[in-house]
Amino acid sequence: MSAALDAGRGYGQKGEKGIVARPKNKRSNGSHQGDRRQMFRKILVANRGEIACRIMRTARRMGIATVAVYCDVDRDAPHVEMADEAVNIGPPPAATSYLDMEKIIAACRQTGADAVHPGYGFLSERAAFAEALAAAGIAFIGPHAGAIAAMGDKIESKKLAAKAGVTTVPGHLGTIESEAEAVRIAAGIGWPVMIKASAGGGGKGMRIARSDEELREGFRLARSEAKSSFGDDRVFIEKFIENPRHIEIQVLGDKHGHVIHLGERECSIQRRNQKIVEEAPSPAVDAKLRAKMGAEAVALAKAVGYDSAGTVEFVMGEDKGFYFLEMNTRLQVEHPVTEMVTGLDLVEQMIRVAAGEKLKLKQKDVPLKGWAIESRLYAEDPYREFLPSIGRLTRYRPPEEGTHNGSTVRVDGGVVEGSEISIYFDPLIAKITTHGPDRATAVKAMSEALDSTVVDGIAHNQPFLATLMEHPRWQEGRLSTSFIKDEFPEGFAGKIPDAATVQRLAAVALSVELARRSPGSARQPRRDWVVKLGAELVPLTLADPAEATSGSFDLATDAEEPVTVISDWEPGQPVWQGVIGGFPLSVQVRPVTAGLRLSWRGVDVVARVMTPRVAALDAKMPPKKVADTSKVLRCPMPGLVVSISVAPGQKVRAGEALAIVEAMKMENVLRAEKDGTVKELKAKQGDVLAVDAAILEFE
Amino acid sequence: MKDILQELEARRAKARAGGGEKRVAAQHKLGKLTARERIEVLLDEGSFEEFGMFVEHRSSDFGMAENRIAGDGVVTGWGTVNGRPVFVFAKDFTVFGGSLSEAHAEKIQKLQDMALKNGAPIIGLYDAGGARIQEGVAALGGYAEVFQRNVLASGVIPQISVIMGPCAGGDVYSPAMTDFIFMVRDTSYMFVTGPDVVKTVTNETVTPEQLGGASIHTTRSSIADGAYENDIEALTEMRRLIDFLPANNRGEAPEIPTSDPLDREEPSLDRLVPDSANKPYDIKELIEKVADEGDFFEIGAAFARNIVTGFGRVEGRTVGFVANQPMVLAGVLDSDASRKAARFVRFCDCFSIPIVTFVDVPGFLPGTAQEYGGLIKHGAKLLFAYAEATVPKVTVITRKAFGGAYDVMASKHLRGDINYAWPTAQIAVMGAKGAVEIIYRKEAGDPAKIAERTKEYEARFMSPFVAAERGYVDEVIMPHSTRRRIARALRLLRSKQLANPWKKHDNIPL
Repeated sequence: MSAALDAGRGYGQKGEKGIVARPKNKRSNGSHQGDRRQMFRKILVANRGEIACRIMRTARRMGIATVAVYCDVDRDAPHVEMADEAVNIGPPPAATSYLDMEKIIAACRQTGADAVHPGYGFLSERAAFAEALAAAGIAFIGPHAGAIAAMGDKIESKKLAAKAGVTTVPGHLGTIESEAEAVRIAAGIGWPVMIKASAGGGGKGMRIARSDEELREGFRLARSEAKSSFGDDRVFIEKFIENPRHIEIQVLGDKHGHVIHLGERECSIQRRNQKIVEEAPSPAVDAKLRAKMGAEAVALAKAVGYDSAGTVEFVMGEDKGFYFLEMNTRLQVEHPVTEMVTGLDLVEQMIRVAAGEKLKLKQKDVPLKGWAIESRLYAEDPYREFLPSIGRLTRYRPPEEGTHNGSTVRVDGGVVEGSEISIYFDPLIAKITTHGPDRATAVKAMSEALDSTVVDGIAHNQPFLATLMEHPRWQEGRLSTSFIKDEFPEGFAGKIPDAATVQRLAAVALSVELARRSPGSARQPRRDWVVKLGAELVPLTLADPAEATSGSFDLATDAEEPVTVISDWEPGQPVWQGVIGGFPLSVQVRPVTAGLRLSWRGVDVVARVMTPRVAALDAKMPPKKVADTSKVLRCPMPGLVVSISVAPGQKVRAGEALAIVEAMKMENVLRAEKDGTVKELKAKQGDVLAVDAAILEFE
Repeated sequence: MKDILQELEARRAKARAGGGEKRVAAQHKLGKLTARERIEVLLDEGSFEEFGMFVEHRSSDFGMAENRIAGDGVVTGWGTVNGRPVFVFAKDFTVFGGSLSEAHAEKIQKLQDMALKNGAPIIGLYDAGGARIQEGVAALGGYAEVFQRNVLASGVIPQISVIMGPCAGGDVYSPAMTDFIFMVRDTSYMFVTGPDVVKTVTNETVTPEQLGGASIHTTRSSIADGAYENDIEALTEMRRLIDFLPANNRGEAPEIPTSDPLDREEPSLDRLVPDSANKPYDIKELIEKVADEGDFFEIGAAFARNIVTGFGRVEGRTVGFVANQPMVLAGVLDSDASRKAARFVRFCDCFSIPIVTFVDVPGFLPGTAQEYGGLIKHGAKLLFAYAEATVPKVTVITRKAFGGAYDVMASKHLRGDINYAWPTAQIAVMGAKGAVEIIYRKEAGDPAKIAERTKEYEARFMSPFVAAERGYVDEVIMPHSTRRRIARALRLLRSKQLANPWKKHDNIPL
């Protein structure tokens, strides 16, 4: 609704400072060969969200004007407010907006943009787009179309890689006729192997074999399964990589034949084959291995004349053997971790090489300092198999950026409090990156950054990320792409607090209670308290009630020394920050009926502070049966069913949208009052319903 | 002397034991606390002083002469809630099932008289079996004496009822005349006649829960203003509610110091109203972002959810928030919403609590159900309540303010003190499409012309500026500055003086 928000203006002011640097850039640019193009004057960013903002930030700093494109639902998005100019490119979804090449080229012409940065996703890996831009005389900030095309085809790219001397997964790409042939091939590859259906997909017709017998049986089964599933019994064999890690090499090339690599990133923490946490370097890679992988990646890049930032992805086995997977010819989502350890700005590098500048950096001069970790904060529900969630960010406080005690926090965000996470695009809220001298420090910094990341209004994966950071196997760096499946086989259900955490969270609850102000005459706090934390009762005793000042006090313990609790928390603040017995912590505090909800490091628990007497009475309260509200969702008023967003058998959580009914020309979202499973739909889209007509029934 | 002191202690101990161990255990088994336990939870520790602990009934019929228990089924007295005095009576189900005798009623009356005289709130905790049949008409007389005092105290001191067990027959009318009723889920119910009588008279078969449980009274009948999971939750939340309320109609609402800055800006509010006029948004986000510390005590949350009512604070002082809720039925005013909000507005006016109104209302709900149900008179209640209220009234129109509903929602014309509008406000007789179809009826066959006319109408009327030109809106404000604007307005209005003409009482269209 308001195109000129104060936040937007603030950013503009920051940008103006950058313009001062512009002549300098030009000069440095001009010092290169005469046939080089001038640095771009205006870049159009053909993307949205955090990556659009991130690219514009660099462009600003380089003194280059920016143009945003936006679809209708992104009208007020931060990337639009941040850009110098913005062009509407139509309604969602992406197909009619961000993927529409013609509209984007028209937007370039309209604004006089002389280059386009595609970000990631959307048009970033479409060779046709790079070609169309070239035809229109607009620079594409990415590799040449030939490289995109060559790497876009999975089979072709593998062949190219093999030719360039890059290690590919050993296997036999031809079809195999007999068990004997299979055994012979497997012997050549080495155990274990995987038998895959040529026409395969979805795990059907796949068998793992670790011996001759298993292979013979697997071969038969795979063939018959392939036959019944796909009507095609051709199978092939390749090496099966157990507990694989996902490791990728960042490469950077220019238009003058130089290619370097910037080390690796490990992206093994994945759900649904999508990365959620990445780091650089990898705990599995040492300098020697890095050099080897880097050399192969550079060789591949050189083979296609790669002239931008790109990523060569490998899969790595437990024996540290690595095999080429694919090459991404664009900026990766997780590029910040590489930037943090190299100190380079990859977007700046991409812009410079696209403008024809030579790489200034030599391979031997690439710095790799410290350790960086990135967490992707997604609008997805970790308690429900990471299903995306949509809605308004009623509260959003990202962690503070900056460097403290040697650790750096960086936030790449494309939303602000009040933004809407829509059904149309990637539900990424922000990328939080931390950097420290070593992995443990970076992990600790990430835990702390996540502690103060407050998101309300939609489901989000902060509790999962916070739990992961504390997970021993993660902390030891023993990763594989099946980490989440291995460690959370039943799905994520929140973290159970250990004894020390219970004590600390109880102290936080008491601190909050004592900081509450009352309208009547202030009374000295009592000495003895009981905090009910979840189902646990935690007795706490103030060492000296008279000395207690709001949130700070000493807790008496069995030991001689009391535990000191210090906090200047004030009612209404979403994060309680303080120190308990020398242990600093930031706990998220949300009011609930007659209590508080405390969230810390994946622990989510309701606390109620009581006198011992009230606690004793509370213990007499029987546990509640789940309240039986109606099992039927009824239409609250006469109206038209616009949509029903659930299906029979689907599990829903309290508050989840079930259906939209239009009445009074307004759309009303009907939500689940409690958790349950949809049994049957009683209405369908387009139905006109009377008041109290059933829409659906729960089990 | 010592013996006499011991005698007192012995008598007290006996009285405190109520109906005896067995009945207390039975009470606990039902998931209910005893009367004295409830009072302990409600009041500040050690602050309860009991009156009439040794009162016994005077009945001798039906063998009652031999059956006397000190206290006679109700515990009465006073104590403090966060340091402020309140009077409290709690029906003791372990003593004669909490049934009301003449003596029992007198205890309550005495407490009501004291509360009224001393200007402190009175809280009744209900868990009782109705009139004590053995006493007959004496019990009925007792009820009416209590009712009379409820009425006299109405609008003078806050009266709160918490239903924590059965509450039937004569017992229901005293709570019904208090300001707020809260219930405990699964263990409480309220009805005039119970399932047995219902079965006999109408042949309906219902359970007590179906007839008068918390779920019915909070969602369908609107008898109860809220419900809680158990006794502890209910009483803890009552303490929170009492902190919002003034002690009486002569005093001011309590002030709780806050560190929440008056000028706290909320940039996200600039994005609250969606681009599409038909898309809903949650008005509670606005309330929570305006109120101190986001603290909001909602009244009647489960009933007529198309309007939101409740207490919050601004600069530490209690305000009553009334807001149309676009999330539910587009925030339309219907009979239920009108009644709910009217009663809340009148409570605020009784007790000098300023009213902050957020308006996004597409109109009154059309239809036979509404008209047959008396929408005219129910709507008039809200109109009446706003019009007669003399407390400070600050109004913010966030989006739609259409038709008669615009007038009703604390408009300038109903003595709204400060009326703001967001730039997204649309103050008009009706939506553009409907208006154009009437004004340009002759062009109805020409969609191009109608579209053009609609655009014209939108440009002219679908904004706050026509109203602002006429002074119906005092200022068009940025959404992010809403808290500061409201806080400054309320500060200005602290010295407001306004009185209605003398009358015995008004004649609100009941």
